[in-house]
Amino acid sequence: MSVPRFWRKIPQRYNLEGTHCEVCGRYFFPPRNLCPDCRRDGRIVGHTFEGVGTIVTYSVIRTASDQFSDLTPYVLAIVELKEGARMTAQVVVENPEEVFIGMPVKAVFRRLGTDGESGVISYGTKFVPA
Amino acid sequence: MRDVAVIGVGCTDFGEWWDRSFRDLFVEAGVMAIEDANLAGEQIDAMYVGNMSAGRFIDQEHIGALIADYSGLATENIASTRVEAACASGGLAFREAVVAVASGMANIVVAGGVEKMTDVDTSLSTDALAGAADREWEGSVGATFPGLYAMIANDYMHRYPLTREQLAQVAVKNHYNGARNPIAQFQKEITLDTVMNSTMVADPLRLFDCSPITDGAAAVVVAPLETAKKFTDTPIRVLATAQASDTIALHDRRDISTLDATVAAGNRAFKMAGLERRDIDFVEVHDCFTIAEICAIEDLGFCKKGEAGRLTEEGYTALDGDLPVNTSGGLKACGHPVGATGIKQVCEAVLQLRGEAGGRQLDGAEIGMTQNVGGTGATVAVHIFGRT
Repeated sequence: MSVPRFWRKIPQRYNLEGTHCEVCGRYFFPPRNLCPDCRRDGRIVGHTFEGVGTIVTYSVIRTASDQFSDLTPYVLAIVELKEGARMTAQVVVENPEEVFIGMPVKAVFRRLGTDGESGVISYGTKFVPA
Repeated sequence: MRDVAVIGVGCTDFGEWWDRSFRDLFVEAGVMAIEDANLAGEQIDAMYVGNMSAGRFIDQEHIGALIADYSGLATENIASTRVEAACASGGLAFREAVVAVASGMANIVVAGGVEKMTDVDTSLSTDALAGAADREWEGSVGATFPGLYAMIANDYMHRYPLTREQLAQVAVKNHYNGARNPIAQFQKEITLDTVMNSTMVADPLRLFDCSPITDGAAAVVVAPLETAKKFTDTPIRVLATAQASDTIALHDRRDISTLDATVAAGNRAFKMAGLERRDIDFVEVHDCFTIAEICAIEDLGFCKKGEAGRLTEEGYTALDGDLPVNTSGGLKACGHPVGATGIKQVCEAVLQLRGEAGGRQLDGAEIGMTQNVGGTGATVAVHIFGRT
């Protein structure tokens, strides 16, 4: 992903800054500027997520694109955050066998990947067992 | 609205064609379809071409014009439009053609699909395909396509009774069918052991759970039903065309193991055709991964959630079963040139209904269905076809 495209979302990627609809109470991460339930009647405000949640489903990725190939095998999961929003992220564990559906996890700040050998290093949120 | 029929079909052999270009492929399929419909080029009003990612695969955009040009139709100045919805590009191109004819805006319309995927290495094609999901919040954190479908499989297997062997049987069945399809990329039967011992790609999905990277093109010609007999003795009627969308990212779905867009498009199609599930003789579904076929059978309403694995194991979806699924070999064995797949599904339905499906021909098939998925289910096109 290009540098400006990544840079633009740094607060979201580093600190889980998402959004919240004050009308229906839903929380959004990845952030949305329009509530899909309330649409124009919604009132969207910022919300920083606590970063705790549980694994809804996961897989162990063994073949990846270049950007992630030096990380294989790595655990990819859909995490449901305590506030209700769901996001896709990597789970950092010593042994992928440790991971299970329903596992409690918490967010950590980690290196995501490198854009080629001399490219920009990108960082973001991964999860570890809570 | 006018009734619409398919009057011609054409499909290249699917495979890794190092010696054939994007242009070679679509011209071959287009000429076959036009010949099959006994048409002259100047009778064609418009063209819709499904293509996912020529920009990434061959660094070429403006596909609509390119195809019209090399099909010899630039001199006719016909309207030619590229349609993109990831792996559902072909299904949507077909739907656009049907809508154009049904509305009366056009009479003879070609719907095609093409993808040339092997001009780049596997890493780039994997990355290009990941663009069918949410690049900013799935691809950017390391999600691959097999990985996303593997997460569907793990969710499904956690909640419903589906064994690893039942999942593998989807691939075994589709290879059996592909071995009877002369255009299939893999015309070789496999055993459960082949699947179970193949390389792990993204747990629990192994290499033989995944559709391959493929070069290929397919084209069909549609016309008003009332004039279809002028071109062919065996026009195949389009009984329903339906399309639905859902969230782009898998993590935002209401239910990870249910493709709500398949449910919606399927329900709309059955309503439009005025048919019941039991009226369908065969289905071509989007088995980009074995788990996708399991979900498709259930989400189209042919059985309850959690039953498709057992039905597959029992032979219900086999060539001689009650509801044959993917007689072409599906994406798994026939191959998956992404933009062409939706059109190839239509070609297979038409061949079965005409009785021209050779070694995989079904007895007395009257009504067939196709289901084409984009991404992990963010776009779905469903069509129903019948003999006239």
